[in-house]
Amino acid sequence: MRQSFVAKNPSVLVFLACLGLFTLGVSVLSEGMGIGLISTSFVKTLGKTLCLCLVAIAMDLVWGYAGILSLGHFAFFGLGGYMIGMWLMYARTEGIVAASLSNAEIPPTPDELRSAIANQIFGVVGSSDFPAIWVFAHSLPLQMALVVLVPGLLALVFGWLAFRSRVTGVYLSILTQAMTLALALYLFQNDSGLRGNNGLSGLQNIPGAEGVPQSVISVWFLWASAAALGLGYVIAAFVVSGKFGSVIRGIRDDEARVRFLGYSVEGYKLFVFTLTAVIAGIAGALYYPQAGIINPKEIAPIASIYLAVWVAIGGRGRLYGAVIGAALVSLLSTWFTGGRVPDLPLGFYTISWVDWWQVLLGLSFVLVTLFAPKGIGGLFDLVAGRRAPDRHGADLGPDPGALREKEAER
Amino acid sequence: MPPPFPDRLTAMRILLAALTFLCLVATAGAQDIAADGPAATPLQSLLQEHRAAIEQGARRGIGPAIEALRDSGLPEARLILEKWQARELWLRKADGLFFLAEPAEGGYRLTDPATGEAAGSATRDEVIQIRPNSGIRAVLAGALVQFQLTDPNPAVRAAALDAIARRSEAGHLDALRAVLEDEPDPRLKARKARLERLLTISFDPDPDARIAAIEGFAGDIGVDVRAALNPLVATTRAVAPGEPPAGENIARRLSPGSEALPREAAYAILVEAGLAPPRIGRPGIRAALAAHVEGGRVGGVPVAELNSDAARERAYAGLAAAGLVPAHVTEAGIDAALAAHSFYDRYAEADPRVTEAASAALSAIALMVGGNQMADLALDALSLASIYFLAAIGLAITFGVMRVINMAHGEFIMMGAYTGYVVQQFIPDYTISILVALPLAFAITFGAGVAMERLVIRWLYNRPLETLLATFGISIALQQLAKNIFGTQARPLTSPAWLDGSLVINDVVSISYIRIAIFVLALMFLGLFLFIMRRTRLGLEVRAVTQNPRMAASMGINPDRINMLTFGLGSGIAGVAGVAIGLYAKVTSELGQDYIVQSFMTVVVGGVGNIWGTLLGATLIGFLQKGIEWFNPSNTLAAQTYMILFIILFIQFRPRGIIALKGRAAGD
Repeated sequence: MRQSFVAKNPSVLVFLACLGLFTLGVSVLSEGMGIGLISTSFVKTLGKTLCLCLVAIAMDLVWGYAGILSLGHFAFFGLGGYMIGMWLMYARTEGIVAASLSNAEIPPTPDELRSAIANQIFGVVGSSDFPAIWVFAHSLPLQMALVVLVPGLLALVFGWLAFRSRVTGVYLSILTQAMTLALALYLFQNDSGLRGNNGLSGLQNIPGAEGVPQSVISVWFLWASAAALGLGYVIAAFVVSGKFGSVIRGIRDDEARVRFLGYSVEGYKLFVFTLTAVIAGIAGALYYPQAGIINPKEIAPIASIYLAVWVAIGGRGRLYGAVIGAALVSLLSTWFTGGRVPDLPLGFYTISWVDWWQVLLGLSFVLVTLFAPKGIGGLFDLVAGRRAPDRHGADLGPDPGALREKEAER
Repeated sequence: MPPPFPDRLTAMRILLAALTFLCLVATAGAQDIAADGPAATPLQSLLQEHRAAIEQGARRGIGPAIEALRDSGLPEARLILEKWQARELWLRKADGLFFLAEPAEGGYRLTDPATGEAAGSATRDEVIQIRPNSGIRAVLAGALVQFQLTDPNPAVRAAALDAIARRSEAGHLDALRAVLEDEPDPRLKARKARLERLLTISFDPDPDARIAAIEGFAGDIGVDVRAALNPLVATTRAVAPGEPPAGENIARRLSPGSEALPREAAYAILVEAGLAPPRIGRPGIRAALAAHVEGGRVGGVPVAELNSDAARERAYAGLAAAGLVPAHVTEAGIDAALAAHSFYDRYAEADPRVTEAASAALSAIALMVGGNQMADLALDALSLASIYFLAAIGLAITFGVMRVINMAHGEFIMMGAYTGYVVQQFIPDYTISILVALPLAFAITFGAGVAMERLVIRWLYNRPLETLLATFGISIALQQLAKNIFGTQARPLTSPAWLDGSLVINDVVSISYIRIAIFVLALMFLGLFLFIMRRTRLGLEVRAVTQNPRMAASMGINPDRINMLTFGLGSGIAGVAGVAIGLYAKVTSELGQDYIVQSFMTVVVGGVGNIWGTLLGATLIGFLQKGIEWFNPSNTLAAQTYMILFIILFIQFRPRGIIALKGRAAGD
C-alpha cells in the first residue's frame, strides 16, 4: 500500500510548523513589524542563519544521503550571492548615477549613463568598462535566472567530469576543494570582472525600496529565507523519501553494488550534485543581500569545510539534523566571536572566548566525530527509544557506520 | 605690503650688473697680480679664467670650466677638482684668488692649491666658500673618473669603472683608451676593455668602429650591452607631409588604419603636430552644446531631446552653421589628411648602418636571452617543485601509504616553522639554531603525529571521510592555538648568513642559495624515504601493513605500532619541511593553509602510494605553475587558478595519478 508523502515523513510537518512559528515569533518581536524586542541586526542574523540552514540541507542531501563529501558547496552559495549582487549593485548605482546626471545641462545618452555606472562600480579596480559577464546585470529576472543557472551549470560540468571518471571518496573531496580554491583565487583577481577582493558591496540597499527602512526589509528577507528553507526542506524530503532516495542511499553505502544492479550511478550522483548546487545558489542569493557585502573570501575552501562541520555536528543523513547543526553552530559562532560572551577567569589565565572559540569548536568537532557520529540528531533517536541492536561486533552494512539504524528498521 | 615681484626683478638686475662688473675687474686684477705670489701659477690663471662660472655655481655653464681643468694636463688638476667636489675650495674676496682652506684659530688657514704652500690665513668674512650643488658634483665626479682610472689603488680604479658604467659620456672613451694598455690587473683590464667597447658603440665618431664593436657583442647577454644597444634602435613616431624627408633614418613606414597605427591614432598624431584640425569627440560636442544653451534650445534642438548621439550631432551641426563652433571634421576630410601625410618610425641614431648592425646584434642577443630565461625559469620551477615536494612528502606517507587524510598536515608544517622561530629566540647563532631546529621540529611533530594517531585517527581507519573532518577540527584548533600563542603577525625565521644571496650564473640566470638548500633537502628526504621503505625492517612492515593488515598481523607484525610510527614519520617530515619553508616564507599561523591544497594535489596527481609519483607530481605542478606565470608574469593568482583547473582536468584522464598502483597493492 502506498503511503502519502506526508504520512511517510511526519518530520516535514513538524519542521514546517516550527519554522512557521519561529518566523511569526520573530516578526512579532522585530523592530520593523512588531514590538521591537529584537534588534534589526539580530533579525538579519536570524535571516542569514535560515539561509545557512538551507545550504546545510543541500550539503546533507549530497553528503549525508548520497555520500559525496563535497567541499565546494559554499562556492555555489557564493556564486548565487554574486549573481544577485550584480543586479543589486547595478540597479542601485544606476539610480544614483541617473539622479546625479539629471542635474547636468544636457541629458545623458544611454551610453554615457552606462559608462558612468561602470566608472562608479569598477573605479575601485582601475577600470571603467563593463566586463562581458555583466551583460545581464540590468535585468532582475535574467540575473535571478543566473542565480540558478550559473551554480547549476558549474556543478553539472564539474560533476559530469568528476563522476564520469569515477573519482570517489576523499579524492572527490579534494577535487571539489581544488575547484573552490580555483574559483576563489580567480575572483580575487581585479580583472575577474567582479571587483577583485573588494567584492560587491552595498547589497543591503534594495533598489526600488529606497523609502523602506532596513528594519522592515530585514523582516521581508526573513520571510523569504524562511519560505525558501521550508520549500527546500520539502523538496529535499521528497527527493530522499521515494525510490530515488533509496537508490542514492544505496550509492552511498556501496556504489559498485548499485551499479551492478543496473542503475546509472553517475546520473543519480550528477542529479543530486546539481540540484544541491542550485539550492546552495538560491540560499546564497538570499543570504548576501542580508549580509550586505560579498567578496571572494566567502568562497575560500575553509567555508565549505565549515559547512561539512555543521552538518556533521547536527547529524548526517537526516534533514532536520543539518538544520539544527547549521543553526546552532553558526549562531554560537556569532555569539562567541562577537565578544559578548564573558571571559572565563581560571586564576592563572583568563580565557577570552574571541580567541578560544575556534579551539573549542575544533575540539568539539573531533569529539562529535569520535563519540557521536550521529551528531545532535542522535539525541532524537534516544528520545524515540531507537537503539542499535547489539550485533556482537559485526557490521550492519558493508562499511561500518555506513547504514543508519533508522533506515534498517524500515 | 607691496607686491614682491618687481622688487625681486630689480634686485636681480642689480646683481647681474654687479657680477659682470666684478668679472671685468677680476680679470683685469688677475692680469695685474700675475707677476707675483700664488696668482702666478698656471692653475690659478686657469681658475681665474673661469672664475665667474665657478663662483656662480650653476649646473648650466659649468661644463667648460671643468673641462678646461680636466684637460689642462696640470698635475694639480685632480686635487683641485676633488677639493671643489668636497667643498673645500675657497675664494679670497680681496684679490679673487682661489685657495684651499681649513678652519683654524680665528678663521681659516689658506693653502695655495698649485704649490701646496701655506698662504696665510683669513677671517670668515674675507673668504667665500665655493659650494657646488649636486648637479655640479656629479659633473665633477665624471671629470675625476679620468684621473681615478690611473690611480695606483685598484679599488679606486674599479670604482671609477663603476662610475663610468653608471653614467658614461663621450670624454670617457678617450680616457679609457689612453689607460687601457697600462692596466696591470688582468680582471680590471678585461673590464676596461669591455667598457671601452661599450663606449665605442655609443660615442665613437667613426661608424665603422661602432659597427665592429656592435658586432663583437652579438650573443652577449649582459645587461650593459643591451643598455648600450637599445638607445640606438629606439624609435620615435614621426609624420611628414608627402614623402618623409631624405636623410632620415627610417625604421619602418606605417600606413594609417593598419594594426600598428589605427586610424584614430594616426589622426591624433596629425592633430598633435598641428597638421590637421582637431576632431570634436563626444565629450567635446557635449561641452560645446552645454556652452550654447539658449532658452532651452541648442542649435534649434530642444535640450530635453539631447539624450541621443544623433540629436546631439544635429544640434552641433546647427551651431556650426550659425558659426558658433568650428565645423565638424568629416570622415572624408580625415581620409584626405591621412593620405596627404606619411607616417613612419624614425631612429634617433642617424646612421642606418649602425642601427642595422644594432638591431641584428639585439635580435641575436634576444635569442640568447630567451634561452637563458628558459633556463632561469626551469631553475625557478625546479625550486618551486622541491618546495611542493617537501610539503607533500609527509602527506605521501600518511595519505599515500596509510590512506589517511590528514587535514592538519599543514598545521604540522606550521608547527615546524614555529619551532624554528622559538629555537632562534634561545640560540642566537643562526647556523647552530637551524641545526638544532631541524631535529627538534622532527621530534615535536613526530610526537604530535603519534598523539593524534593514538587519540583520534586509529578509531576512524575505516571511515576515511570522517578522518578528514576530525583532522580538520584539529587543524582549526591548532591554527587558533598558534594564533593565541604567537599572535597574528608574521614571525621571522632568519636563515644563516651563508644561505643569503644567490648563485649568479650570468645577468639572466640566478638562483638564491636558500632555494638550492631546499632542493638539496628535498633530495635528501627522497633518499631517506626510499631507504626507510626499501632497506629497513620498519619499511618492510609498513608495506606489509599497507597491503594487508590482517595478514601482516598474523605474521607477527603489530599493525597498531606500525601505523603509529608511520603516521609519526609523516608528521615529523612535515615539521622539518616547515623549518625549510619558514626560512623563505613568512611564518604565520596560516602558513600551513597555504600549502595544504597544493600538497594534496601533488600527491593525488602523482599517484597515491608511490614516492616517485609524488616527485613527478611536484615537478609537474611546479613547472606548470611557473610556465603559466611566464605567459602572464604580473598575475600569479591567475597562474594558480589555471593550474588547479589543469589538475582537475588531468584527474579526468588519469584518475589514479601519473603513477597508478596496479594489482594487489592498489587495494580496492
